[in-house]
This record gives sequence, C-alpha cells and structure tokens, in this order.
Amino acid sequence: MSETKGTPLAQVRGLGSAHHGSHHWLLQRYTAAGNLITAMFLAISLVLLPDLSFAVVRAWLAQPLPATLMALLVVSVFWHARLGLTVMIEDYVHDSARKFAVLLVLNLVVAAGIAFGLVCVLRIVLAALSEASAHDAVAKLQQAMQSASQGAPR
Amino acid sequence: MADRPLSPHVTIWKWSPAMLVSILHRASGDGMALVGLPVLLWWLAALASGPEAYARFARAADNPLGMVVLVGVSWAFFNHLCSGIRHFVLDMGAGYELNTNSRWSVGTIIGGVVLTAAFWAVLVTK
Repeated sequence: MSETKGTPLAQVRGLGSAHHGSHHWLLQRYTAAGNLITAMFLAISLVLLPDLSFAVVRAWLAQPLPATLMALLVVSVFWHARLGLTVMIEDYVHDSARKFAVLLVLNLVVAAGIAFGLVCVLRIVLAALSEASAHDAVAKLQQAMQSASQGAPR
Repeated sequence: MADRPLSPHVTIWKWSPAMLVSILHRASGDGMALVGLPVLLWWLAALASGPEAYARFARAADNPLGMVVLVGVSWAFFNHLCSGIRHFVLDMGAGYELNTNSRWSVGTIIGGVVLTAAFWAVLVTK
C-alpha cells in the first residue's frame, strides 16, 4: 500500500461528492412517482365508490389490488414525508444536538407509522376474510339443517 | 449564528409566482406530513377496528373542525401533486424561461384549487 499524504481533508479534496445528496434526491423522485400512482388510485377510488360507509369502504379495501396499493401507499408516502421533513429540519434547526435529536425522533416515528399502517391494512383484509368464511359456515349449516328436516324419517 | 450580513429579507423581494409555488410546495408537503399522515393512519385504523371505530372517525370528520382539516389536507394533496409534477418538468430541464415559468407556476396553484373543488363536489353530491 502506498503512503497517504496530507491531512484527511487534503486527501478527499477533488474527489467529488459522496453521492448521498443524489441518493436523497433520487429517492425523493422515486417515492414521488409512487405517491402519484397510489394516492391518485385512492382519490379516484373514493370518488367512484357508491358511498363511504364502513361496509362499502372495507369491502373495497379488502380486495387484493386495493390492499396492495394501500400498503404501497403507506410505505411510499411515509418515506417521502421522511425525506421532506428531513430537509425542513436541516433548514430550520441549526443547533446540531437538537437537530440530531429531532431527526432521531422523525426516523422512529416514520418507522412506527409504516409498521402501523401495514398492520392496519393486513387486519382489514383478515377481518373481511374471516367474516366471509363465517358467513359461508352459517350458510352451510342452515343448508344442512334444512335438508335434514326435509328427509325427516331415517 | 455568525454575525455576518444576511441575504435580502423576504419583505424586500418582488413577489413572483415561482416563489409562491415554492413556498406552497413546502407548506403543503410538511402540512400533509404532520396532519395528513395521522389522519390517514386514523382512517386505516378505524377501518381495521370495526364499525364503531369507523363511526367515531366519521363523526370527527363531519364536524366543522374536521371538515376544515379534511378540506385542508385534500387541498394540500392536490396542490403538492400539481407543483410536484412541475418539479418533474423542471428536473428534465424544461420550463425555466421566465414567462413560461410564471405561467406554469400560476397554473399549478389554480390546478390545486380546481382539483380540490372537483373532488369535494363529487363527494358531497354522493
């Protein structure tokens, strides 16, 4: 290995950026595109649904495509919000200790928000499925009782 | 902060549509992040919890304060959507000529308001 020369700063001068800036920039665009697709899907669906009652909205959201898009919406929107709030905090919070603390809280809250949103979507799907199978079981039971009473003498 | 000359203050700039769009983009984005996302999670949690929880959400949404929040969040969404699309265009290197830039800046602000009004017109007449 060759000898390194100069101060740490002199060694990195002229090497260009560390590429973290473009990473943030690109992710902001990727998640913006994700938000555009998933949030427009939500907005248009809300407009097209016959009404916004619990039964109608849950039956819609429990379907595979809406459930997938709502899960993606939660991830994309929270990630985009994290990037945007990070920039705002970096712009307006100047004290470095306070900035570190606020960014720490932001990252924890965003992670919690994504996890909670995904769990909610999953629970909506599972609740709709278990209600449907309970409904099926009741129907089968009624059918069995009916045919049992019709063929009365054994 | 170091004691050095500050750049010209907000009040002595001549206002332009591009400045207003930039400010509204940040305000609507951060507003959605701080208010819209908790509302989104509340809505999802209410749907996941059952009819009573959903009824509580609907009651909160129906009172005047709830309406202000929901209309505000939807405006923030459509405004941010329009100015975000403007950012995509600017990212491609287009739309920097002064008159074009001003025209599209005004367009995104109007677009956000029009989309919000159309969205609620459909929801309310359901």
